[in-house]
Amino acid sequence: MDYLISVATIAGIYIIMAMSFYLPFMTGQISLGQAGFMAIGAYGSAVCSVKFGIPYVPAILIGGSVAGIVGFFVGIPALRIKGIYLLLLTLGFGEIIRVVFINVEYIGAAAGFPGIPYQDHSLLYSYIMVFILIIFFSRLRKSRMGRAFHAVGSDEDAAEVIGVNITSVKLIAFSTGGFIAGIGGGIFAHYQEYIEPLMFDVMHSVEFIVFTIFGGIQIFWGPMFGAFVLTMIPEFLRVIQEWRMELFGALLIIMMILRPQGVIGLDTIQGLKKVSSRILGRGLS
Amino acid sequence: MIFQQLINGLMLGANYSLVAIGYTLIFGVLGLLHFAHGEVLMAGAFMGFYIILWTDLPLYITLPLTMIATGALGIIIDLLAIRPLRKDFHLAPLLSTIGVTIILQNLAVKLFGGYGTRFPDAIKDYHFKIGSLFISSINILTLGISIFLMIALYFFISKTKIGKAMRAVSESHLTAGLLGVNVDWIVLLTFGIASALAGASGVMIGLAFHAISPFIGLTFALKGLVVMLLGGLGNVLGAMIGGLILGMAEVLAIVVLPTEINLQDIFSFGIMILILIFRPTGLFGTRITQG
Amino acid sequence: MILNIRNVAKQFNGFHALSNIGVDVAEGKIHAIIGPNGAGKTTLFNLISGVYDLTEGEIRFKDVVINQLKPHLRAKLGIGRTFQIVRLFGLMSVLENVMIGTHCKTRAGLLKTFLRFSRKELTEEKATRENATRWLEFVGLAHKADQTASNLPHAEQRLVEIARALALDPELILLDEPAAGMNLNETLKLDALISKINQMGKAILLIEHNMELVMEISHVITVLNFGMKIAEGVSSEIQNNPKVIEAYLGRKK
Repeated sequence: MDYLISVATIAGIYIIMAMSFYLPFMTGQISLGQAGFMAIGAYGSAVCSVKFGIPYVPAILIGGSVAGIVGFFVGIPALRIKGIYLLLLTLGFGEIIRVVFINVEYIGAAAGFPGIPYQDHSLLYSYIMVFILIIFFSRLRKSRMGRAFHAVGSDEDAAEVIGVNITSVKLIAFSTGGFIAGIGGGIFAHYQEYIEPLMFDVMHSVEFIVFTIFGGIQIFWGPMFGAFVLTMIPEFLRVIQEWRMELFGALLIIMMILRPQGVIGLDTIQGLKKVSSRILGRGLS
Repeated sequence: MIFQQLINGLMLGANYSLVAIGYTLIFGVLGLLHFAHGEVLMAGAFMGFYIILWTDLPLYITLPLTMIATGALGIIIDLLAIRPLRKDFHLAPLLSTIGVTIILQNLAVKLFGGYGTRFPDAIKDYHFKIGSLFISSINILTLGISIFLMIALYFFISKTKIGKAMRAVSESHLTAGLLGVNVDWIVLLTFGIASALAGASGVMIGLAFHAISPFIGLTFALKGLVVMLLGGLGNVLGAMIGGLILGMAEVLAIVVLPTEINLQDIFSFGIMILILIFRPTGLFGTRITQG
Repeated sequence: MILNIRNVAKQFNGFHALSNIGVDVAEGKIHAIIGPNGAGKTTLFNLISGVYDLTEGEIRFKDVVINQLKPHLRAKLGIGRTFQIVRLFGLMSVLENVMIGTHCKTRAGLLKTFLRFSRKELTEEKATRENATRWLEFVGLAHKADQTASNLPHAEQRLVEIARALALDPELILLDEPAAGMNLNETLKLDALISKINQMGKAILLIEHNMELVMEISHVITVLNFGMKIAEGVSSEIQNNPKVIEAYLGRKK
C-alpha cells in the first residue's frame, strides 16, 4: 500500500511537470529546461520551510512564484529565437541552474539539501494540483488566451498580424510553465525530504518531454495520460521496471514513426465521445 | 604555467571541435539537432576500451576500428530512427534521437556500470620537460590526431566530389536531388562520418582523461552544442575554430577564476546563452563551409 | 484618406523589392493593387500590416504614423488582413478561428479565465462568440462553425479568413488574392461579398489577378511593376494605359 502511494505521488508530480512543459509548448516554445524550474521550486520551497519555518502550502507557492519569475526573465530572450536555438537556450539555462545549486553552500551545494519537513499528504496535494490543472486547461481551451496560445503555436506570424500580441502571449505561457514546474518541484522536495542538484539534470527535462509527446500534444489530456501511464506501468511490471528507460526510448522512436501526434489525439476524444453517446443512447432506448 | 594550461586547453578544445563538427555536419544536411551524438562518442570510448582490453592492438589500429564501428552505429541510427519518420511533424527527428539517447545511455549503464571505468594506457605517456613546462605526450598526440582528422575532413568536404554533393544537399535537398545527387545516400554518409569522428574523440578522451563512464556522452554533447553554436549552425570551419576557442577559454577560466567554485560549466553555458541572445548566427555565420 | 503610403521603399539585402511607392486609400473605397508576379504587391501588404519593416518612407493610418508599430497594434488600430496562401489555425474550429479575430479588442487574461472572478469574463466570451457567429453568417458559413478549419474546402477557408479579419471590425481590410483557387461560381459570390463589405463603409485594399473581378468592383486601381508604381486610376484608364499593357504583355516589337 505504501508502495502504491509512493508511485502514485510521483506520478502526480510528473503529471504536473509534463503540464509545465506543455503550456509553453502550446505556443510553439519547446523547453529543455523544465527540470531547472523544478529545481528552483524545490530549493525555494525547501529554504522557506527549513530556514524560515514557513508552512507547507505558502512555502510551495513561494517556490512556484520564484520559478515563475525566473521563467519570465528566461522567457524574454526566448522570444527572439525559435526551434533549435530555443532548445539550446533552455538547455543552457537548466544546466546553469543546476551548476549554481552545486556551488551554493547555503543550500548544501553538491552534497544536497537534507532535512526538508516531510509532507504526509503529498499524494493529496499533488492531485489537488493536478485537479487544478485539469480545470485550468479545460477552461483555457475555451477562452480568449487559450485560443491565442493555439494560434501562436500553429502560426505565430499570422497570429500577430491579426492582432495577437505574441510577445505577451509567449511570455505568459513561458513563465506560467515555470510556475507550474516550481510547484511540482516544491511538492517533490517535501515528499523526498532530501534534494540534490543531480535530481534536476537535463535528462529529467527530457523525460518530461517524453511523457508529453507520448501522451499526445493536441489536447491537454495527452501529457496527463502520458505522464501517468509511463510512470505507473513500469512500476507494476518487474520486467519492464528494469528496462524502463530503454523502453521509453524505443517507444518514443516508434511513436514518432507511427503516430507523431501521440496516443491521445483529437481523433481519440471524438471517438470516445461517439462511443459514449452510443452506449448512453442504447441505455436510454 | 599558463602556457601549459593552454596546451591542455587546445587538446580539450580539439575534442570539442570533433564533436561539434559531427553536430554541425548533420545539422547541415538534415537541419536536425542529433541529440544522440554524444552517446555515439560514449559508445566509441567503450568500443575503444574493449578493443584495447581484449586484443591489445596498437592505437593506430584501435582508433580506425573504433571509427568504423561508431560510423556503423551512426548509419544504423539514421536508418532506424530518422529515415522512417514522416516529414509532417517537424519535432519528430529531434524526439526520435532523444529516444536513441535514452536507449544508448541506459544500455551503457547496464553493460558497463554507472561508475567510471579506468581506461587502459594504450600508449605510454611521456612527460617532456621544455624549460619549466611539463607537456604530456598523450596530449600532443591527441591534439595531433584531432587536427589531422579535421584537416582531412575539411579537404574531403571542399575538394572531393562527394564533399561537394554534401554541400549541395545542405543547401537544398530538392536542388541536389535534381542535380542527380543521391540525397539519402549522402545523408547516410554524413551520419557515418560524423559518428566516426565522435568515436575517435571518444577514444582520445579515454586516453587523455584515463577514465570513461556512460555519462561522458552528455558532458561532451553539451560542450559540442555550445561549440556548434559558437561556430555557426552548419559551419564546419566555425566548429573547428569554435572548439579550440572554447577549450582554451575554459582552461583559462580555471586559472583566472577562483578555484573553490566549479565555474567551468557555467562559463560555457553562459557563453552559449550570450551567443543565443546577441548573435544566434555564431561567430562565423551559418554555412557548411566557406570553401 | 484613411491610409497614406509616402515614398515607401523596401530592400532585401540590396534587392529593391519596392521603391518610392506612394498610394492613398480613401475611406470607404475599394482600391485594387495589380501587377505581374514579383511586382511587389504582397511586399506592400506586408509593410502595411507590419510583417516587414520598411527601408524608407512613411505609412499613416487615420493620420497616425504606423510604420514603427508592431503588427498586432496595427490590427488594433483597425487594419484587418487575409493572406495569399490561407493561414488558418488548422486544429481549431472554424468559429474559434473567427473568434481569434477579436483578440486585441478583448481583455480576459490567463488568471481571470481560470478563476472567473466576475461575470465579466463570461459575458465577454459570449459577446466574442456572438460576434464571430454573426460574421460567419455574413460570409455564409454559420452551418460549418464547429468543423475543424483545415477540413474545409479551399474556397471556404478563404471566406473564414475574411470573417476572421472582419471580426476585428477593421476600417481597412487588406485582401491578398481572395479569389485565388476559386471557381467561377465562388468568385461571383466573393465579388458580391466584397461589395457588401464595402457598403458597410469599410475601405478595402485588394490584390487580385482576376482582372474581371478587379475591373468590376474597384474604385481605384494602382499598378505595380518591378517594385515601382507605373499607373493609377479608374478601371477604364488602366485598361487603356500603354505602360500597363506593356507590363502585362511584354514590350511589343
